[in-house]
Amino acid sequence: MGVSARAWVFVTPVLLALAVVIGYPVVRALIMSFQKDSGLDKATGMFVEGGGAGFSNYTHWLLEQCTNSLGETVDCPTGNLGSQFWTAIGVTLLFTVVTVALEATIGLGMAVIMGKTFKGRALLRAAVLIPWAIPTAVTARLWEFMFQYDGVVNRLFGTHILWTADPWPARFAVIAADVWKTTPFMALLILAGLQVIPEDVYEAARVDGASAWQRFWNITMPLLKPALLVAVLFRTMDALRMYDLPAIMTQSNPATRTISMLVVDQVRQGPNSASALSVITFLLIFTVAFFLVKVLGANAVRTQEEQREAH
Amino acid sequence: MALKKVSSLRSTLVPRAVLAVTSAALLTATFASGCSSSSGGNGSTGENLTGRGPITYVEGKDTTETGAVKQLVERWNAAHPDEKVTFKEQSNDASQQYDDLKQHMQAKASDYDVVALDVPWTAEFAAKGWIQPLKDSFAIDTSTLLSPPVASATYNGTLYAAPRNTNGGLLFYRKDLTPEPPKTWAEMISMCPKAKEAGIGCYAGQLAPYEGLTVNTAEVINAFGGSFVGADGKTPTVNSPQAKAGLTTLVDAYKNGDIPKEGISFKEPESQNAFVTGKLMFMRGWPSSYGDAGSDASSVKDKFGVAPLPGKDGVGASTLGGYNAAISAFSKNKATALDFLRFLISEDAQHIVASGALPSVRASVYDDPALIAKMPYLPALKESIASAVPRPVTPFYPAVSKAIQDNAYAALTGSKSVDDAIAGMQKGIETAGS
Repeated sequence: MGVSARAWVFVTPVLLALAVVIGYPVVRALIMSFQKDSGLDKATGMFVEGGGAGFSNYTHWLLEQCTNSLGETVDCPTGNLGSQFWTAIGVTLLFTVVTVALEATIGLGMAVIMGKTFKGRALLRAAVLIPWAIPTAVTARLWEFMFQYDGVVNRLFGTHILWTADPWPARFAVIAADVWKTTPFMALLILAGLQVIPEDVYEAARVDGASAWQRFWNITMPLLKPALLVAVLFRTMDALRMYDLPAIMTQSNPATRTISMLVVDQVRQGPNSASALSVITFLLIFTVAFFLVKVLGANAVRTQEEQREAH
Repeated sequence: MALKKVSSLRSTLVPRAVLAVTSAALLTATFASGCSSSSGGNGSTGENLTGRGPITYVEGKDTTETGAVKQLVERWNAAHPDEKVTFKEQSNDASQQYDDLKQHMQAKASDYDVVALDVPWTAEFAAKGWIQPLKDSFAIDTSTLLSPPVASATYNGTLYAAPRNTNGGLLFYRKDLTPEPPKTWAEMISMCPKAKEAGIGCYAGQLAPYEGLTVNTAEVINAFGGSFVGADGKTPTVNSPQAKAGLTTLVDAYKNGDIPKEGISFKEPESQNAFVTGKLMFMRGWPSSYGDAGSDASSVKDKFGVAPLPGKDGVGASTLGGYNAAISAFSKNKATALDFLRFLISEDAQHIVASGALPSVRASVYDDPALIAKMPYLPALKESIASAVPRPVTPFYPAVSKAIQDNAYAALTGSKSVDDAIAGMQKGIETAGS
């Protein structure tokens, strides 16, 4: 048996396994997304199979179109999940952009401090990790208590804000909790990047008379870029599929309903149009990931090559 | 490549391929049965009608102090040694119970014989052909039961389940502030200045955007004579002056501050906590709050009473809670299952149910002096349940509930007028299931 033939023998089971566990559900979801959910037969009051749906499950979401009891196509009314698609997309993107930006900035600051040598550094590093170690569900409950009407936050600031019920306060509360929870993760990834920057580069810069700001901007930032980009990519993916934090903290408050929450709500009402929504969500996340890797990632690689050339 | 090698290669590949194909097929089967949308009228309801033997009863965690469900099963098993019932305890969480039942039904699994359904699930399970209609030879006698629970188990004019226990809302009120409870909403609102004098909130229910908001909205709309869906479970009927009057009452009470500002973030625990710590004059709650309000830790221990919910001109319309017991269409021993349903609604069984503080579906149990001594809220609860209305009986309950919640919430928070919110509910019910 040739080497390549033997290689195929070893690889085939893995490929088959991958096809089954990854390919199959994806294809299945795609097929389901083109089928109608079962509907009620008026005469008997019993459910009947829906049959082919064409693109109607997709237009249901993208154009927010529903079918009423007469079979006419109308705009989805409030309360129908279809009417919440673009709001949910907006909320998800808002959460993603704001939380990732805040987490990257604060995380960078924390990493720079943790990277310095001082007494009690090990303790600080361990303490910083605590929010990350707490399960998200617990974090959500914790912040829900703090943001209650008679909770710590309102008492501390002497305010009377309905943090989990009013739209913008609720969004703010979710963002605050998410930043609290995941900044340590960012800080740790960035710290790892910081520590591989050789100390002699800084020494050389110091000798050349570079100020602290110049050293940070011209040495730390470019050399940190790959680590920072990986951290941002990870967090962006995570934030785009955010579910548990808003689901537990603000329940089904329409103002904080993310796209993942919409999928879960829809599964209860009709699996086929939920499949269409999952496909759309997948495409959205895939596009964002592709963009980040292609545009920013290529940039990161080039910086490394440039660095190597410079050495 | 030599022939021998080819054959050896084939002998290596074939078992793997077989394995892979088999596992793929298995997975396909599991997925398909788990995911495919099922259809009703699949004929299973006509099978195994005379089957007898051991059966499995499925219900969420038994949280009663007396272990009521276990007592019921033991009582039955002692009398029917050949047709023993096994109690399969699900999780405590209603949506997990629902998902578990749905998966078993979609797989047409015969291992669940009798299932306990939360009241609003009954219509969907019936319309999907998953539960046995209780007609003809399967008819059960419901004439001695309270009629609202029976209505909650009826879909399209056919009874599909035996009401196991019911539940109704109560108005908890502060006896020290108002000796007589209000009978109507108008009367209750007129008492609110007293609450203000005492420096506490006047009324609260469960108005956070979740199932509780549907319940509270439905109660006030039903109390003013409104309704949600017609008898077919699909035609919307909510766009009426009565429904608008009902919702207006609730929205005005919130806008005027008679319902405290934080009231729209209240679920059961928050509202109960506000009442128990003496921050509310009136609270809409379930009987389960009675124990906590009367406990030593409560600051209103001897200062509160319970009454039926207020209505427009008299007693209001509580939304019905509780569980119905239905026979799975895929059960192998349906004759035994039917006997078990008959047992569950019997006087004897309902006494066990009531002793476990699960409100009974039999009127007579509410007049038992021994039980009233233990649960002083029973007379008020009986009145509440007698005039209760089931939640919209529709196979699209999750969608209908969402339409009610989201629109009521928009009206409460002022982002929609009452008229728009009611029109939104109407349209939401029209498009439910699309």
